[in-house]
Amino acid sequence: MTDALNRRELLRRAAAGGALLTVPGVLAACGGSSSKSAATSASGDKTLAKTLRFSNWTLYIDTNNKKKTHPSLAQFQKKYGTHVQYTEDINDNASYFGKIQGPLSRGQSIDRDIVVLTDNDRYLSLMIKKGWAEKLDKSAIPNMKNLVDVQLHPGFDPNRDYSLPWQSGMTGIAYNDKLTDPVLSIDDLLSNPKLKGKITVLNSMGDALTCVMLANGDDPTKVTDASFNKAFDRIKKAVDSKQIRQFTGNDYAPSLAKGDLAAAMSWSGDIAQIGNTHIHWNVPAAGGALWTDNMLIPKGGNIYTASVYMNYVYDPKVAALIEGGNPKTGDTGVYYICPVKGAREALLASDPAIAKNVLIFPTKKMLDSVKIFDSNALNNQKYLTAWQNLVSG
Amino acid sequence: MGLFHRHRQLTPYLLLAPGVLWLTVFFVVPLGVLAYQSLESGNFDVGYSFTWAWGNYWDALQNYRGQFIRSLEYAGIATLLALLLSYPVAYWIAFRGGRWKNLLLLFIVAPFFVTYLIRTLAWETILADHGFVVHTLQHLHVLGAGGRLLATSTAVVTGITYNFLPFMALPLYVSLEQIDERLLEAAQDLYASKWKAFVKVTLPLSLPGIVAGTLLTFIPAAGDFINAQLLGSPQNHMIGNVIQSKFLELTDYPAAAAMSFILMAGILAAVFLYARAVGTEQLTGTPV
Repeated sequence: MTDALNRRELLRRAAAGGALLTVPGVLAACGGSSSKSAATSASGDKTLAKTLRFSNWTLYIDTNNKKKTHPSLAQFQKKYGTHVQYTEDINDNASYFGKIQGPLSRGQSIDRDIVVLTDNDRYLSLMIKKGWAEKLDKSAIPNMKNLVDVQLHPGFDPNRDYSLPWQSGMTGIAYNDKLTDPVLSIDDLLSNPKLKGKITVLNSMGDALTCVMLANGDDPTKVTDASFNKAFDRIKKAVDSKQIRQFTGNDYAPSLAKGDLAAAMSWSGDIAQIGNTHIHWNVPAAGGALWTDNMLIPKGGNIYTASVYMNYVYDPKVAALIEGGNPKTGDTGVYYICPVKGAREALLASDPAIAKNVLIFPTKKMLDSVKIFDSNALNNQKYLTAWQNLVSG
Repeated sequence: MGLFHRHRQLTPYLLLAPGVLWLTVFFVVPLGVLAYQSLESGNFDVGYSFTWAWGNYWDALQNYRGQFIRSLEYAGIATLLALLLSYPVAYWIAFRGGRWKNLLLLFIVAPFFVTYLIRTLAWETILADHGFVVHTLQHLHVLGAGGRLLATSTAVVTGITYNFLPFMALPLYVSLEQIDERLLEAAQDLYASKWKAFVKVTLPLSLPGIVAGTLLTFIPAAGDFINAQLLGSPQNHMIGNVIQSKFLELTDYPAAAAMSFILMAGILAAVFLYARAVGTEQLTGTPV
C-alpha cells in the first residue's frame, strides 16, 4: 500500500472530520501515516519506527531547562535511532479522554504510541475495557522484572498486559506554616474553625474519598454505599459550612504559596516541585491515597516501538535520570514516586539529596499508610454523578 | 465577464455563500448533532441510543434550576455593571478624546492581547486574601477582618464584568461617536439643561450601542464557566460549570446537550423580552 490516500479514504475521513466538526479531523486525513503504522504494528513487526509519539502530562519528565531538552529522550534516540515526538498535552484525565474517545470509538488511530492515564480516575480502566488499548509486547520488555511489587497486580490490569506505571504519587495534606499550626489529619482539615474558607479539597473523587474514608475508619479499597455516603456527607457538610473554599486540580499549589490557602488536600510531587520551605506535606494521620499514572498503547499505536521504549525507562539508570535529573548538568527530574526497582540505588551515587527525599522515595511506613481507591467505585455512575454535583455546584 | 451579467440575480447568493456555508458547517450541523444527542439515553459504558428522551430536559431543569438562575443573575449584574462602567468612558472618548481617541480605544482593547485564562488568573492575584484590594477594603470596614473576595460571588461577577467590558465599550463608543454634536447645541439653544439634553438627545441616539453592547456581553457571560471555576466557590458555580462536568467528567453527553439547549432557550427568552422592551428597531439601529 502506498502512503498516498485514495480519494475514497480521504472522503471517508473528511466526513468523519466533518461529523466531529473539527479542523484536526480533516488535518488528520492529510497526515495519512497513522493507518500505516497501525497496519505494521498489528502484524507483529519487530522493527523500530522512526518516530515514537508520546503524550504525557506537563512537567513530567527530566528536563534541561537551559537547553529545553529532555536528556532521557535524547539518550533513547542515540541508542535506538528512534526520535521521540514528546507532547505535553495531558492536563487532566477527563479532558484528554474527551479528546481521544471520538476517534478511538470510530476505530481511528489517535496518532499516539504511548499515552499516560491515572489509575484513580475511571478512564484508564475504561480504555482497557473498551478494547482501546493494545497489548504490550512483553518479549521486548525484559526490564519489566524491575517493576516494584505493589504494582504487579492492579485491579484494572491484573497481569499488566496493557499498562506499565510511569510515576506514582501520594495524596495527603499540605499546609503553609506561616498561616497555621501543622495540619496533620483530615479531621483538622475539614473541621478546624480556624481554617474556615482557607482550605481546598481535590476535585478527583478517588483522591478525596480515599483520605476521608480512612479518616472515617472505612476501607477505601472496598467501597460500599454506606462508606461512600458517610464520606460524601462529611465533605458536603464542610462545603455547606464554607470550610472548603474550592475544589481544585493542581492549581491549589500557587494559592498555598501565596497564602490564600492555609492548607490543602494535595499531591506529594507538587510540593516536592515547589520546594518552598514554609510548605509541608504529610500523609494524614489516618492514611492517604496512592495513585499511579500508567503508560498505555492506544489502539493503532506502534506496539513494538512503544514496548522498546517502556523497556528503556525500566532500566534503573534511566529511571534514576527521569526521577532525579542530573545536578551536574542542570537537569531537573519529575520528583514523583519511581516505580522502578534499583532507581534509588542508582541515584544514591549521583544525587543523594533526591534519593533521600521521602516525598520521592517514601519510607515503608508511609507506603503502608497509603491506599489505592476501589476501581469499581470509580466507574459507579451513581457515585460519580453525586460527586460531580458536589464539586461543580 | 459574462457570468455576472447574465446571472445578475445570482450575485446576492454568491455573496452570501461563504457566510452561509460557514454557519451551516460550524453552527447548524453541530446544533443538529447536539439536538439529536440531547434526546438520547444510555451511558458511556453501554453506549447511547436515540429514544426521544425528553426526560433529559426535565431532569436538567429540576436538578440544576439553581445554577440556571444563578447564571442569568450573574450575567445580568455583570452586564449592568459593564454598562455603567463603559458608558462614561465611551462618552468621554467619543466627545473629549480628540486626537487621542485611537490610543484610548487601544487601552480598552489592550488586555485582550492576553488570553482569557491568563486575564482571569490575574484577578486571582488582584483579589488575593493578602493583596492590596482586600487589605484596603478591610481597612475601610467594607470587608470584615477575616473577609475575603476570592471564592465569593463578588469575585465571579467582577471577573465576568472585566472580561466582557470591551464588548460593551466598543459598540457604545461607535454609537456615541456618530452623534452630531450640533444636535446637542440645538437642544441647549432650545433651553434644555445639559442633563436634559443628555437624556433627550444623547441617550436615545446611543441606544443602538447600548442594545448591541448588552447582548454581546450578556449572551457569552451567561454561558461562562471559567470565572466561576477560578474565582468562585462551589456555591458560585454557574450552569457552564455543570455542562462542562457533565460533558468531560461524567461523559453524560445527553444531559450536557439538553442543558446547553435549555441555556440557549433561556438566553433567547431573555433577549426576546429585552428586545420587546426597548424595541426591535434598536437592534438594527434603523431610525424610528
